[in-house]
Amino acid sequence: MNGDTRGMQQLTYREAVREAIREALHKDERVFLMGEDVGRYGGCFAVSKGLLEEFGPERIRDTPLSESAFVGAGIGAALGGMRPIVEIMTVNFSLLAADQILNNAATYLHMSGGQFNVPLVIRMATGGGRQLAAQHSRSLEGWYAHIPGIKVLTPATLEDARGMLWTALEDPDPVLVFENATLYNMQGELPVDAAAVDIDRARVRRPGNDVTLITYGASLFKALEAAETLAGEGIAAEVIDLRTLRPLDDATFLTSVAKTHRAVIVDEGWRSVGISAEISARIMEQALYELDAPVQRLCSAEVPMPYARHLEQATLPQVETIVTTVRRMVHANG
Amino acid sequence: MTLASAPQPAVVVERAHALHLLHQMLRIRRLEEKAAELYSATKIRGFMHLYNGEEAVAVGVLQALTPEDAVVATYREHGQALARGVPASTIMAEMYGKQEGCSRGRGGSMHLFDASTRFYGGNAIVGGALPVAVGLALADKMQGRPRVTCCFFGEGAVAEGEFHESMNLAALWRLPVLFACENNLYAMGTALTLSESVTDLTRKAASYAVAAAAVDGMDVLAVEAAAKDAAAAVRAGDGPFFLECRTYRFRAHSMFDAELYRDKAEVEAWKQRCPILTLTQRLAEQGLLNDTDVEGLEQQVAAEVEAAVAFAEAGTWEPVEDLTRFVYSERRTA
Repeated sequence: MNGDTRGMQQLTYREAVREAIREALHKDERVFLMGEDVGRYGGCFAVSKGLLEEFGPERIRDTPLSESAFVGAGIGAALGGMRPIVEIMTVNFSLLAADQILNNAATYLHMSGGQFNVPLVIRMATGGGRQLAAQHSRSLEGWYAHIPGIKVLTPATLEDARGMLWTALEDPDPVLVFENATLYNMQGELPVDAAAVDIDRARVRRPGNDVTLITYGASLFKALEAAETLAGEGIAAEVIDLRTLRPLDDATFLTSVAKTHRAVIVDEGWRSVGISAEISARIMEQALYELDAPVQRLCSAEVPMPYARHLEQATLPQVETIVTTVRRMVHANG
Repeated sequence: MTLASAPQPAVVVERAHALHLLHQMLRIRRLEEKAAELYSATKIRGFMHLYNGEEAVAVGVLQALTPEDAVVATYREHGQALARGVPASTIMAEMYGKQEGCSRGRGGSMHLFDASTRFYGGNAIVGGALPVAVGLALADKMQGRPRVTCCFFGEGAVAEGEFHESMNLAALWRLPVLFACENNLYAMGTALTLSESVTDLTRKAASYAVAAAAVDGMDVLAVEAAAKDAAAAVRAGDGPFFLECRTYRFRAHSMFDAELYRDKAEVEAWKQRCPILTLTQRLAEQGLLNDTDVEGLEQQVAAEVEAAVAFAEAGTWEPVEDLTRFVYSERRTA
């Protein structure tokens, strides 16, 4: 942020997403929002609160609990010339629409030989940490990133929460946006006229020369906190926010690894066959000889998320673990 | 409105129109026969599902549509594609896997797509296209276009959740969808009576307050009349319509089906009701058709099929370098 506070506003991540939706509804009459409880209830996470009053029920559409039908309807509406924003309450329920997302949205363009693109945006809350147990705490963004034909965005900052949606709506292909639910209350400052941002490049959120922390979503803030602690010990960690899991901007983290020679991946998803495995593999394939230490992965424990707070916290990657892992790596081969 | 499948009154028909309907059904029948032959000759591979016996459904229903309307179909869709106006040549080339095919050879028999006739596939997940049809209709309604989206699906789809979700959503939002159910009595090899607790399918649609009717799907004139009534109601803004066309497939489910699940006598009995045979007989009885007419149509169709095969044979293979084209759009904005 620059020192000029004119034109700046305090807001939450939730409000940043809402502003992005509002702006899109104002700018393009083809845009509409549909999903469970987005209208009268104001959104399960209160993201769309007030939008029904402002835009009316044609454009803020409450749907039945029919994930497959309303995601498929989003695909059809996109094919029919609209620009739908479909909200799935949480990623867990997106599994009920997996047929539409995988078999239709991700497939139509290629399968039709380039005739039918699907300009659809699907937003959903993701992640654990709120004691909601196994069926409401999944982090499946990495799992979706496996699928060619869709794009997977994971906005962590207010700037991205505010700016990625418009770019996603301008994209001709299906874009899935994963909003970590623990971030909705996060407060911060943004320019009143915050603009759209790119959706295909990672960002260095904190520069450093000793180790690269590669992460995204809510784990970004754990990585930044760990980097601050490590700085006090004289270890300069570079923190990379992937922002987008597909297409994966590997150039940014490969450049960083070439500088720091150490990489730690922090991911709320499971380790096996996840996005952390993909990132690690790309480092092996393209930067193996840059490494001074084996790549480390800090992921969620491979269990269904338990309810009890201490068990849930033990499941998720934590700041302390990042700090001790980096410390061990750096001191092992100084 | 739920009509019982009462005997249909004989529809009065003009000679030219009757010949047109007969011609369309013959085109489908002969193309399918050729496709079966070419499958045995290994020119066509993958899964292929033939439409023999069901021709009156595609031909009759599609009489009710205008070029602005949309069609969404299943994996048994050669007949719908042909009757909709997709050229036999590009259909055949698609089955060959040639890049001159209507989906560039990407889709094959099960995924015929054609933007110029608003033919949205070719969906090989049973029930998977219904939500997309709902969305196409939603786009039309939101944009004030008096179009109809016609969605073909088999009776097997009514067991899928997507059928029920789509019926409800289309009725709830009064969307212009003509649901054309091709009830051929078998979901692959499982008889309707073995898979449904309620076998009168119109009752399922009616339970969602969707207007519903059943028609003899072996009688092209009856199908056409029923479809025109249904489409008129849909176009008038009365909401969706469910038209059950009671039909039968003469051939196996696919090319890998020993037909252990039905009696040969049953198949033979239905063949006596062949839609081409019965229309021919009926027109002859009414003095609207003579042997020369039929011979002329057969020659015309044979030439068309022959030309389609020649087109497919002369087609070219898409360069392997183009494999990843159209995973994402080449045009970067929607």
